Amino acid sequence: MSIISEKISQTDQLASLFEQSREKLNQGSSPILNRMREVSFKRFAQAGIPDFKNEDYKYTNLKPAFEKSYRQELLRESGLINLNEVFKCNIPQLDTHLVFLVNGWFYSGNNPGAELPNGVVLGGLEQIANDKPELLQNYLNRQAGLSNDPFVALNTAFVKDGFFLFVPKGVVIEKPIQIINLLSSDENLMATQRNLVIAEAASQVKLLICDHTLTSASFLFNTVSEFFVGEDALVDVYTIQNHHNQSTSINSAFYKQERNSNLVTGTVSLHGGLIRNNLKVTFNGEHAEANVNGISFTDKKQHVDNFTVIEHSSPNCLSNQVYKNILDDESTGAFAGRIHVARDAQQTVAFQRNNNVLLSDKAKMQTKPQLIIDADDVKCSHGATVGQIDEEALFFLRARGIGENDARMMLMNAFAHEVILKISIEPLRERIDELIEKRLNGEISRCHDCNYQCNC
Amino acid sequence: MLSIKNLRASVEGKEILKGINLEIKAGEVHAIMGPNGSGKSTLANILAGKSDYEVLEGEVTFLGQNLLELSPEIRSRSGLFLSFQYPVEIPGVPMVNFLKASVNEHRKFKGLDPLTAGEFLKLMRAKKDMLHLDTELTNRSVNEGFSGGEKKKNEIFQMAMLEPKLAILDETDSGLDIDALRVVAEGVNALKTTENATIVVTHYQRLLDYIVPDFVHVLYKGRIVKSGGKELAFELEEKGYDWIKNGEN
Repeated sequence: MSIISEKISQTDQLASLFEQSREKLNQGSSPILNRMREVSFKRFAQAGIPDFKNEDYKYTNLKPAFEKSYRQELLRESGLINLNEVFKCNIPQLDTHLVFLVNGWFYSGNNPGAELPNGVVLGGLEQIANDKPELLQNYLNRQAGLSNDPFVALNTAFVKDGFFLFVPKGVVIEKPIQIINLLSSDENLMATQRNLVIAEAASQVKLLICDHTLTSASFLFNTVSEFFVGEDALVDVYTIQNHHNQSTSINSAFYKQERNSNLVTGTVSLHGGLIRNNLKVTFNGEHAEANVNGISFTDKKQHVDNFTVIEHSSPNCLSNQVYKNILDDESTGAFAGRIHVARDAQQTVAFQRNNNVLLSDKAKMQTKPQLIIDADDVKCSHGATVGQIDEEALFFLRARGIGENDARMMLMNAFAHEVILKISIEPLRERIDELIEKRLNGEISRCHDCNYQCNC
Repeated sequence: MLSIKNLRASVEGKEILKGINLEIKAGEVHAIMGPNGSGKSTLANILAGKSDYEVLEGEVTFLGQNLLELSPEIRSRSGLFLSFQYPVEIPGVPMVNFLKASVNEHRKFKGLDPLTAGEFLKLMRAKKDMLHLDTELTNRSVNEGFSGGEKKKNEIFQMAMLEPKLAILDETDSGLDIDALRVVAEGVNALKTTENATIVVTHYQRLLDYIVPDFVHVLYKGRIVKSGGKELAFELEEKGYDWIKNGEN
């Protein structure tokens, strides 16, 4: 009984918030955003906040996060200080096209346009949806709208802003585009961010997305991103998540790949209270390739859950997933990877691997591969391991004079390195190696390089 | 240099070493021979500081220090080197990074500045030339995908880089063809000085054709049952271990 009443109350709370906020939600937003709200909220309300009975959320309980009360920034709030002064990027050697978002809003001080190749559009979703709806209308919610995930529906109901990127046919953007998502609020805040990336045929773009918390308030960050990867396009998306322990991040990314396209993703969950990453790749044409990778580091009571779905809807495509977790203290992790090979998607090659290292007796990892194969001429494999640091290797290193802590660090770095190697931006690779070392040394227990230096 | 007195040790409650006594001085090469299960590798591992063993009794002094109280890394930095019977593969740790960390830890222990990247590469090249090693080995992760012979050569290369005072070669000849054996043995001989000592742990006499010992000890059922000069190895080769086993009766 109590569970049911809880579900009603949390969903009801959001329902009344949605009712009260309708005017603000619609205010200043394009009709193409507004027209999705009602139906999406209904879908959310029907499903409610999932609990362990929902197979997809078996290992991640989001109810406690939704029990807190949050404010929302339903209208753009001004008065922000210069972000370039507040926030120093942790990857300074990287030469990127840099934009900021704050609490889900595209920062007004961004000016990325000048250096970008002709025809490229990088801006806020709110503004582009108002000014150039024709750019979005064939893409927006075309993937996310098919999802059964309640948080995706919730995002669509409350969407206000996010980043939008359009790369026209044949355009190659040499420098990575770096998107820094900041969460900053004195009170607890629920932030909704909606991103849309369209890479047209034969275009090339690399995205680096960094998530940070700047203040010690509790955050509930619900992001949905849709990526459309055109024929022959090359798209890399690297995400570095670095939130404090009072934050919950639900991050859903959808990728649709056309013929001959190539996608690389890397999700580095460096720090965060609770992180849930949903990632879905759909092959919509032959000879496309997706390399989907992730590494997470957890300690204390942190929780990271990576939930992936690869839809092999077309023949002759290749997917390769490598996910790794290093878990310390009482932290928990989950990986669920579904590979679905559709009927007639012959000559599919699909690999999946999940390797985990537990550094303490209390850390826990749940791993669940799921292969659904409806074609008969395919090559699929999956494997999962959960283990401890290799004691033989540790002794070997110590017997060569390397101290125990350094030796452990070396082995953990080596474990993580396989995933880092998949990153195609070399300075980023080096920097992430450094960040990982800092993380493993316990130096990222607070939001590093942040002027607020909140203790969290 | 090394003094072992009445060393008794067990693993998982089973007593493996039942009172070992051994004295090793600078400039000496000792061979420890014995049939399988006699405790040879246990002795080597205990000296290097592996934690799977419980020392029940006895003492081990290495260069005036109580060896058994030291962590494996301090033993290494103090000049003790174990060439592993089964060198472990560590994917993701490049040989160069590992060796540089190792060499610089040793230097730090001696109060020396760490080597710069250039100095380190130069040292590495010199040692490779000395041992006639191909350069391939150091471009890979530690032992990853190495053949048995390559792994053992790599151990000797590490030994050359660290210049230990006491090297313990645990079954270094196992799994080696005759050419690899020769390379390894020549390496060990090239590194020999009057200042350092070597313990060769081996099952067969074969390796001792190349690394000539000053003393041979026969370990059987956790005790040194016979010690002698290099001729003891030939005798063992000829008569087999049954000779020792029978002598027990």
